Amino acid sequence: MADLSENLIEIRGLKYSRGPRAIFDDLDLTIKRGEITAIMGPSGTGKTTLLRLITRQLIPELGTIRIDGVDISRLNMAELYQMRQRFGMLFQNGALLTDLSVFENVAFPLREHTKLTNRLIRHVVLTKLHAVGLRGAADMSPAELSGGMARRVALARAMVMDPDILIYDEPFVGLDPISMGVIVRLVRRMNDALGITSIIVSHDVEEISTVADRSFLLSHGKVAASGSPDELRDAPSELVRQFMHGMADGPVAFHFDAPGYEEQLLGRDSE
Amino acid sequence: MSKILREFYDTGVEFARTFGAFQLFFMRLLRHSPRILVSRLDLVIKQVFNSGSLSLVIIMVSGLFVGGVLGLQGYSNLARFNAEDAVGVFAAFGLVKELGPVITALLFAGRAGTSLASEIGLMKATDQLSAMEMMAVNPVPRVLVPRFLGGVIAMPFLAAIFSMIGLLGTHLVAVELLSVDVGAFWQQMQITVDIDDINEGIFKSFVFGVAASLIAVWEGYNAIPTAEGVGRATTRTVVITAIAVLVFDFMITALMI
Repeated sequence: MADLSENLIEIRGLKYSRGPRAIFDDLDLTIKRGEITAIMGPSGTGKTTLLRLITRQLIPELGTIRIDGVDISRLNMAELYQMRQRFGMLFQNGALLTDLSVFENVAFPLREHTKLTNRLIRHVVLTKLHAVGLRGAADMSPAELSGGMARRVALARAMVMDPDILIYDEPFVGLDPISMGVIVRLVRRMNDALGITSIIVSHDVEEISTVADRSFLLSHGKVAASGSPDELRDAPSELVRQFMHGMADGPVAFHFDAPGYEEQLLGRDSE
Repeated sequence: MSKILREFYDTGVEFARTFGAFQLFFMRLLRHSPRILVSRLDLVIKQVFNSGSLSLVIIMVSGLFVGGVLGLQGYSNLARFNAEDAVGVFAAFGLVKELGPVITALLFAGRAGTSLASEIGLMKATDQLSAMEMMAVNPVPRVLVPRFLGGVIAMPFLAAIFSMIGLLGTHLVAVELLSVDVGAFWQQMQITVDIDDINEGIFKSFVFGVAASLIAVWEGYNAIPTAEGVGRATTRTVVITAIAVLVFDFMITALMI
């Protein structure tokens, strides 16, 4: 029986490694229903990996991930696909299907999962494209779109099945200020208007601060800090301060591990 | 010594693992194929058109010249025995049973196979396959199976076109250029070439179609999702298909002779 508490996603004791390197070790994290949750952290901390674990594109070694109280690692393929229909995911590069037009990209989930008439599909798709401001681009091909436009089309596609949970993987990377502002506004509007839960992976502190209700900062396979963006900004932890204020050096060292500078320059190791 | 044995063992295990995964992959494609043929025939037809039209021009041009060469070689060698009228039979056997299916498969691998592998590899590299998974759409029946079936269906037609154009090439060289009697050319062919010979060619082109399409979708689907990985998958598609086609050709010929 589904548990409709305020916790939508509960991750407990999660362990996941890639080769010998542990990406997550005993990670606990809770995502609340109806909120915009940001997952932040320095590059390489496994933010995107966490999204792939939540959507079971990857399977954890240990620990559980529960969505509405259901342990997703126990689902069979049919149940998993049913569960995934509750998700909408915006990939970093949009991941639009390059052999289909913008219209057909947004229509794709409807054509695969419903028996709606062409007329109704057209109505729904144009409504969603209108919501992201790209109704006029319906007949264009993905190759003709700018990065920001592609991401808006991908957002329309992610919304077309009216999901409960929208997941954004680095939605602000490589966007000009106008496109970024548009995406930030859309994220907030979608979340509030449709009553969904949003998860955003990003390391764009400024943009995240304006849109997230709660943030988690990941480091060394665990949650290093959590709270509202303002709480994180004032956190005493040096790591959190380094990240939130964009300091070049600190707990996350500027220099990658290397032998002594002088020794290497003078070439003593090769003698 | 033990190090060499160890490496030998590891390579053997890795090969067995890859070959096992390849067989399972083939089974997955076969399992989904009947349903896709019935319920998503539109996708299959689109892929038959894509694979077929991609390879058509190169196959027609190659067929014409291969037929022409058979005409020249057949004429000059058969003339030693005063049997130049049999050049039609010589070319027909060569084209229908061997060169048609084999060269078509090699050209298909170079043109349509590389295109399939790189398309699927790029879909993987740009997260399009992951996006489908996230939209609760299984990419195996939606993307791979229609492309696989498209190649399997297109190949016998392409081989038939190759053989027909090839015979036309032989006719142009032998009859129009070297003055072989046109009646003898076609009549001897009609009398000698049996339906079993045609069937052998069709069977071979079907097997090569399965091999070439399967290798192309496998390499694309298992490509490392980077520019270099997709490039490598494309190259491997051509190399592995060429070897597989020639090995299968020998095996089928040995069984049927």
